[in-house]
Amino acid sequence: MAAVGNSKGGAPAVPQIAKLNTKTKSVSLWGDAWKRLRRNKFALMGIFIILFAIFVAVFADQIAPYTYAEQDLPAHDSAPEWVIALFPNMIPVEDGGYVAINNNYPLGTDGLGRDLLSRIIHGTRVSLLVAFIGPLVALLVGTAVGLIAGYMGGAVDNILMRFADVMYAFPTLLFVILLLSFFRSSVAQPEVGSFAYSLALIDRYSGGMIFVIIGIGVTSWMNLARLVRGQILSVREKEFIEAARSMGVGMRGIMFRHMLPNILGPMIVAETLTIPAYISFEAFLSFIGLGVQAPTPSWGSMIADGRIAIASYPNQAIFPAIALFLVMFAFNFLGDGLRDALDPRMQGVD
Amino acid sequence: MAAFFARRFLWMLVVLFVVSLITFVLLRLVPGGPFNNSERGVPDAVRRNMEIKYGLDRSLPEQYLSYIGDIIIPRLTDDEWRRTITEDYLINIPLPLLGEDAALRWMNFGPSLRTRSRTVAGIFQENLPISFQLGLAAMAVAMAIGIPSGIFAALRRNTVVDYASMGIAIIGVSVPVIIMGPILQYAFAVNWKIFLPTGWGTLQTMVLPAFALGFAQSALLARLTRASLLQVMNEDYIRTARAKGLSERGVILFHALKNSLIPVVTVLGPLFAALLTGTFVTETIFGVPGMGRAFVTSVTNRDYPVVMGTILLYAFFLVLANTIVDVVYAWLDPRIRYN
Repeated sequence: MAAVGNSKGGAPAVPQIAKLNTKTKSVSLWGDAWKRLRRNKFALMGIFIILFAIFVAVFADQIAPYTYAEQDLPAHDSAPEWVIALFPNMIPVEDGGYVAINNNYPLGTDGLGRDLLSRIIHGTRVSLLVAFIGPLVALLVGTAVGLIAGYMGGAVDNILMRFADVMYAFPTLLFVILLLSFFRSSVAQPEVGSFAYSLALIDRYSGGMIFVIIGIGVTSWMNLARLVRGQILSVREKEFIEAARSMGVGMRGIMFRHMLPNILGPMIVAETLTIPAYISFEAFLSFIGLGVQAPTPSWGSMIADGRIAIASYPNQAIFPAIALFLVMFAFNFLGDGLRDALDPRMQGVD
Repeated sequence: MAAFFARRFLWMLVVLFVVSLITFVLLRLVPGGPFNNSERGVPDAVRRNMEIKYGLDRSLPEQYLSYIGDIIIPRLTDDEWRRTITEDYLINIPLPLLGEDAALRWMNFGPSLRTRSRTVAGIFQENLPISFQLGLAAMAVAMAIGIPSGIFAALRRNTVVDYASMGIAIIGVSVPVIIMGPILQYAFAVNWKIFLPTGWGTLQTMVLPAFALGFAQSALLARLTRASLLQVMNEDYIRTARAKGLSERGVILFHALKNSLIPVVTVLGPLFAALLTGTFVTETIFGVPGMGRAFVTSVTNRDYPVVMGTILLYAFFLVLANTIVDVVYAWLDPRIRYN
């Protein structure tokens, strides 16, 4: 290990040794991890599905054949031929059944005559937003709390971690339901110009997303805080931290330049593996009507609408369920692959 | 050890106290009360009287203290005592020695503000057993699928069996109840008509929700069992057992399995707690009349005592499960120090 970084200002390095060193190309942890990840076919499939979903979400307006709120009431609850062939209990009107055949809508329409495919395409936005912003909030809060607790130790550590313990004791789902109803009714009839009013505007503009994300953020930072704190505690006493400290690196420098990069791997793995939980969380909240607000489509609320008519029109619930499954599946495989890639010792071990 | 238990128990009480306080404050910050629903059009005078009746006119600290007091202070009752809307206890221990109807009563969670004739304790007594049944059934499903498939995967490491069961495990984790529910309902209830899509009480209605809830957890159990067994199979004492000439079956049955199940047993507590809250989702999808539906309607109705009671009760289960895990760890592995 030549102290390459410290040679500035010193005597010129011995030429022979320097030459030897430049020939071996160093492989960074991330380069190494990417190489391993590339070999994992399932993880690649996950990445592919996620990229495809991102593409669909970004260009939803261009891809979708209809808008998500467009109603064609005469064509409500209709289905194209291939869907009827797929679900044997959907008997078309011609054969004495009840399903109107309408090939204009690739997956059929819902009870209000809206195109299912277009709504599923637009629903990608909601799920992906939760998939990316949920972990971001958890990362920000959790890392901050964990870093401070782990680095400061003592009373600060005690207070922060005990607070995390208390938050842990809340039954998450119940707490989020309570939080959401609190947010929603707080901004229900706001005075113009007040803080609640601007929140209500954001809420309406985001189709109800903002409170879902806050709710998820409030209840999901504890795991990461614990993880970061534990990692910091194990890293804190290592020699390279001592070395940095003896060289006069400040607290911020030690935290962000020396500690954080060393614990980033486990953090990323942990958050990627929780993404499916966030996605299904949003789906459930929308399912019970507390999440995304109509007419913005969420796969959860689509499943809720379709489930009522599952005996007659199974396509209305099953197709959004499949979309939800694919995205969750992709994130799970990616998380699994990342875990194997970032920590080869853990290969195949949970 | 005794000091450790005592400290854990005290900490549990503190946590529950803070949880109750946060919930109480949050609930009261929500605009709107249980009686000012504009749809019903209750006159102001009537609403005020109702608030006086249920003590909602008192100051918030007073309300909080009396609520907590009703829950934690036990009461001895004699033959004279009659159950009323404001006085109904969750735990009733009969004391035949003191009188025919005498009893030690504890945990009065107060009345439901929206359903006139019901108490929170009554709602618990009616709905909680159903949620528990669902949770236990799901746990049985999770264990019956998860543990054996984890063991097989570990014993046939890097074979088709291993890859298949671990692949299914990842799929299982990706299929929450909200996806599993409609698909199971369509396949088994609508298409093949083996089970009923909604309801509770008979085997025909219980299988689908239990499976939907348990399957995802079975995947987690399978991965944990596999990892733990693989780790144990590398231990020195397994090599010793093999070296002394024990058959492979003997090694696995008598030496490996028992030790590998220790981490599995310790997750069963939090697993049950997770399943118990997971029942909320399952109940709404499969129309199971458990705590889930009662809770969601009580939040939208501002039924303070029901919301408070449910959150407190579930927080109690969660904290209890975590405490039990800590204690079991300390008991299983004396090397773990608790200072």
